[in-house]
Amino acid sequence: MSDSTPRIGVLCDRLRVEEKLIIERLRERGIDHEVIDVRRAGFELWRRGAPRCDVYLARCVSHSKAQAALHILESLGAVCVNRTGVSDVCGDKMRTTLALERAGVPTPRTEIALSEEAALEAIERIGYPAVLKPATGSWGRLLSLVRDRDAAEAIIEHKATLGSHHHSIFYIQEYIDKPGRDIRSFVVGDRVICAVARRAAHWVTNTARGAVTENIPASEGIETLSLAAARAVGGGVLAIDLFETPDGLLLVNEVNDNMEFRNCIAPTGVDIPGEIVEFVVGVGFGGGAVVDGRRGMAEDSHTTAPLPAPVVVGDVSW
Amino acid sequence: MPTTMTIECPECAAGAELRPDAMAGEVLQCPDCGVELEVISVSPPQVELAPTVEEDWGE
Repeated sequence: MSDSTPRIGVLCDRLRVEEKLIIERLRERGIDHEVIDVRRAGFELWRRGAPRCDVYLARCVSHSKAQAALHILESLGAVCVNRTGVSDVCGDKMRTTLALERAGVPTPRTEIALSEEAALEAIERIGYPAVLKPATGSWGRLLSLVRDRDAAEAIIEHKATLGSHHHSIFYIQEYIDKPGRDIRSFVVGDRVICAVARRAAHWVTNTARGAVTENIPASEGIETLSLAAARAVGGGVLAIDLFETPDGLLLVNEVNDNMEFRNCIAPTGVDIPGEIVEFVVGVGFGGGAVVDGRRGMAEDSHTTAPLPAPVVVGDVSW
Repeated sequence: MPTTMTIECPECAAGAELRPDAMAGEVLQCPDCGVELEVISVSPPQVELAPTVEEDWGE
């Protein structure tokens, strides 16, 4: 370990642009680091040795591989960003919704059903159109906009017949008629460092599905709700997806613990990988300690945070 | 000064260039057949067919 700066372990598998940028910032700043391909690492559970790095930053494209590595490293006493508990919650939409609801963070009305019959009943209660999502999906894949009972029956049957056991947990959400975009904010520690609008003609406004990003100021409303959502899942380095409702409310749709940001650096002008590196180094200096005027992660941040006040779009200016 | 390295596509045997700043884990596309190749090693330069997208990949 270095005497001057913490040694950072970057957990990865396939390197995306984001990981390359993070590694580039570590090199530029002369920070002691190690890039660890978790697919080629050996995790000897019987060996209770001290972790080689002061902090591990999870940047695997595979969520389940990241989770496994985080669980192992944290069990050895390693400090991880994001923490295992945060990754567990964010990797499961049901657990994310539970965390948001528990913290009083406004989110689309959601039901979980554990059988085909219950799923159909839940969709009818939510009302059409409804949205069906895999509880553990990403990149906007396998999302269904269900406009009537016929479509509901067909999609449920397909999921039950063709899907893995993950698809037997039906995550059903009210459809929010967004104004052709959603909002993504980037939370690093206790700050919202920037926000973008993701605009698309399609109802799925995900950049992995072709949405175009444009900068928007992180207004007080966006900031309040984003920080509340981040605290609700345990805090760290997180991307918050927000919906604007037709009646003027902001809702938190998702919290991402392994954020992709390549399309958001140019429009916002914010060095997102640099901010992540600075935060991780701060955590390495003692987690929660003040580093360059910024705090690291507070272990109890999610339990002590005050409940957020309702945020309306009228409060938001951009 | 580092120079561009050449690798052979394991799918179509075409030659493809590996940039000097390439890193293990990075993915590139074969200019001939279009298949995705993952850099396994830069010294010596070595690639293999990149894994296809899995259900748990993403944000």
